[in-house]
Amino acid sequence: MNGTVPLPIERPHLSRLGWYGGTALALLVWAIVYPQLPALAEALVAVLPVERTSPAGEALWFFLYDAPKVLMLLTLVVFAMGVVRSFVSAERVRALLAGRREGVGNLLAAGLGTVTPFCSCSAIPLFVGFVSAGVPLGVTFSFLIAAPMVNEVAVGLLLGLVGWRIALAYLGFGLLIAVAAGIVIGRLRLEGWLEDWVRELRTRPICPTETALDGPGRIRAGLEAVREIVGRVWYWIVAGIAVGAVIHGWVPAELLARIMGAEAWWSVPAAVLIGVPMYANAAGIIPVVEALLAKGAALGTVLAFMMSVIALSLPEMLILRRVLKLPLIVTFAAVVASGILLVGFLFNLIAG
Amino acid sequence: MKKVEVYGPGCKRCQATADLIAERAAALGVAVAITKVTDYAAIAEAGVVATPGVAVDGKLVHSGGLPQPSAVDAWLRG
Repeated sequence: MNGTVPLPIERPHLSRLGWYGGTALALLVWAIVYPQLPALAEALVAVLPVERTSPAGEALWFFLYDAPKVLMLLTLVVFAMGVVRSFVSAERVRALLAGRREGVGNLLAAGLGTVTPFCSCSAIPLFVGFVSAGVPLGVTFSFLIAAPMVNEVAVGLLLGLVGWRIALAYLGFGLLIAVAAGIVIGRLRLEGWLEDWVRELRTRPICPTETALDGPGRIRAGLEAVREIVGRVWYWIVAGIAVGAVIHGWVPAELLARIMGAEAWWSVPAAVLIGVPMYANAAGIIPVVEALLAKGAALGTVLAFMMSVIALSLPEMLILRRVLKLPLIVTFAAVVASGILLVGFLFNLIAG
Repeated sequence: MKKVEVYGPGCKRCQATADLIAERAAALGVAVAITKVTDYAAIAEAGVVATPGVAVDGKLVHSGGLPQPSAVDAWLRG
């Protein structure tokens, strides 16, 4: 990427009515096209010179159906989140959280973490900004765990690929882990393991004097989010679905059920261990996960794998090393990993 | 001469924000001095929580994400 970014096109002539009407029209087109996707994929495979029931036919159908379906759902979820996020700013969240007590504070922090605009290069300023303004350490961690784990890409993909039940389970248990891990870290009183300059820094919570966005501005924020996020992750998703298609077509179900099934207790810790170093591929992982699930992998194992890929990442920990001493990073990773392990075992026990 | 600070650790979007401000200033014919603040302690002291943050003449006007060009114009004119 070079440094120059093309100027977003300004449309001062588009009226308020035009923005609302255009959005309604786009949503209508979405709602009409989406239910047609299975038939469309079926028709496309029929044209191709492969047997529909052969492994290649299965794989092709999977890919041709899933790729557009997931991209459409993701676009919708990211747009909606972009609009929601235009109502929330990190500064206002900080003012809300400053001086909050354990429990309520952690719950609020985890909830707000899911809707606050957040990018990974903001992690340090956010952490320092929160702690130096008097947000308790445990509450800050609840926010910091929830923000990447329960993000719109993960939820959008899960919704599209494995259905709303698992998406909801992921969302709920992701928040629960963020709250519980934050409370544990808060109880351990680890403030001494912050880097010294962070501990000494005191700031006042200031809010920028930004003018509030109007309706079209919020729609534009949603479109901007789609351009930015879907533009960044779509090729990971397509690659992930391609891998998923191969698994779908050729990998025997019995093999996976043995390795990743509920019977193999060690599969949960193994999934976490493999998941932590993976990071950039979070968008590509979920399509693979869907194929694994379809082939008999246990839900708890898969959930643990997904959570550790998305919530715990080596690059993020290296970045956090700038503000946290090593024992605190290790504690943070250990507490979150234990939470993920528990969720994995619990689900295997219930669903298995 | 307007004094503009762009707060951020130096990620792609912070650079894009600085470029955008320079570009709009040139288009409007407003003289600006753009400083990029990358030190984490200085970013926090300015009150910026989400980067990139923008301050014009010492007043924080924006934080988090690439600002709209129309907003940049308003800061530079004001």
